[in-house]
Amino acid sequence: MILYGVAHKIGDDINTDYIISGKYKFKTLDMKDLSTHLLEDIDPEFTKKIKPGDFIVAGKNFGCGSSREQAPLVIKYAGLGGVIAISFARIFYRNAINNGLPLVECDTSNINDKDELRIDLESGILEDITKGFKIVVNPLPPFMMELLKNGGLVNYFKKYGGFSIG
Amino acid sequence: MSHKTLTEKIFESHLHREPKVGEVVVVDVDFAMGQDGTSPLAIQKFYEMGGEKVFDPGKIALVLDHGAPSPNEGISNLHNMMREFSRKYGVKLFEIGMGICHQLVPESGFAGPYDIIVGADSHTCTYGAVGAFSTGIGSSELAAVMISGKLWFKIPSSMRIVLSGKLPTGVYSKDIILYLAKVLGADGATYKTLEFDGELISQLSMDARFTISNMAVEVGAKAGIFPVDEKTKEWLKSHGRMDISDLSIDSDANYESVLEINVSELEPQIALPHRVDNVASISDIEDIPIQQGFIGTCTNGRIEDLEIAANILKDREINPNVRLIIGCASRKIYLEAMEKGFIRTFIDAGATVINPGCGPCVGTHAGVPADGENVISTANRNFKGRMGNNKAFIYLASPATVAASCLTGKITDPRRFL
Repeated sequence: MILYGVAHKIGDDINTDYIISGKYKFKTLDMKDLSTHLLEDIDPEFTKKIKPGDFIVAGKNFGCGSSREQAPLVIKYAGLGGVIAISFARIFYRNAINNGLPLVECDTSNINDKDELRIDLESGILEDITKGFKIVVNPLPPFMMELLKNGGLVNYFKKYGGFSIG
Repeated sequence: MSHKTLTEKIFESHLHREPKVGEVVVVDVDFAMGQDGTSPLAIQKFYEMGGEKVFDPGKIALVLDHGAPSPNEGISNLHNMMREFSRKYGVKLFEIGMGICHQLVPESGFAGPYDIIVGADSHTCTYGAVGAFSTGIGSSELAAVMISGKLWFKIPSSMRIVLSGKLPTGVYSKDIILYLAKVLGADGATYKTLEFDGELISQLSMDARFTISNMAVEVGAKAGIFPVDEKTKEWLKSHGRMDISDLSIDSDANYESVLEINVSELEPQIALPHRVDNVASISDIEDIPIQQGFIGTCTNGRIEDLEIAANILKDREINPNVRLIIGCASRKIYLEAMEKGFIRTFIDAGATVINPGCGPCVGTHAGVPADGENVISTANRNFKGRMGNNKAFIYLASPATVAASCLTGKITDPRRFL
């Protein structure tokens, strides 16, 4: 899987309440509608700045807090191509892969806002095209790569009828 | 091999072999739970996966607590989706007013030592207080568990948290876990289990332990587990749980790290806006004015918490510039608080008692603050916007500190009233 997009840089410890506020997410399962509120509490203009395929580029502990799966879903429905962060909180990490949202774990400190990025998920290389450097990313565990390739847990379950590991 | 972490012991009981830290395993889940913010999506995924029946209706509960009673038609319709699913598959449903999921699961005897429990709510780690490995999952995973009864886990490494000393008057388990959040930071235990050890544990009530396990996720932990002692067994028996095995800690097990905390000199702790790990001792931040207090939630809505608050509020009135909202963690606790006179004390003091549920903590209803207001709350999160207004400021503290602060109208050391 090769992904291209522009970086939208945000900080450390972005929690799932910030990704999608509780005041919206309890009311509906319409993720397209919810996605208009993506990251609203920290940047009300965020959804106006992004284009399809772009990336959120964050610091450490992205997706901490609530288990709400609406968080990766609104990122996906907003059209973003994935999230790149120094580290992820564990429930968000699983939820994202379960919904086929690519995550890349690597040092993001040299990537700037608006940098153009290319990611090869299979070989684990992130290229900052604007700056002209490459970063080797932490690979996804094999089972999670399998989930991602299948487009998430629903498709995986339909294909295998259960967990086919262990 | 004898020297194992609590996490290894629990997974070994399911795998019937020694687990290795870092390996991915699939195990049978002993209980699964979803609440009204996560279950509707889980039900949708259940059908998308081709679900036709649940693996065991007796091992699943759905809880209406985050927006209960429903504040709008959107939530009402999602509640009905859960009611319909419950009727169709025979799954236990806790209706509105029954309480908060993380009180109801252990209170109903669904959690105990060696259990592996998953819940579509991040504070599912609460049941570590009774010796379970319990952790939060998403809606897709809840759907997968409801169908198959299984889930995959990466066996986490463990940190041993050794609690020693004696809690000073006016200092409680909430102050310990807030202090731990300060020391470890919001991601200090990501992908790990916290396992609690030390001479202080025997002094902590079960309610106090639930508060600590509840907030394990606030430092990124997968679970926060206490060993089982006589207090655990007594509590479990009185809540209908009869099959109780011993679960003791091997201090010399292969712990990734050990952190010792002596609580004897600990002051009341406060998490300042907008981070749970932004923690100060009360003497450094006293006198910040507050407009609203909230006592309740899955962290601090249990009978001991209400008793601590009632002892401070008894025969006193809250400051006229403050609203105090109090919600019990379950109907059972609500009735007990009524019988013990705590509810009368709260109302006499000028507090507003709301029905058991999550409402104000997650900003769905029943206590959304105004722009620029300061709230002091016993909840577990103070993120910007958490209570429904991103222009408000949330401080987290023990029930004693919240009660004392509501009497004076500013952040106040509860020891002034004890």
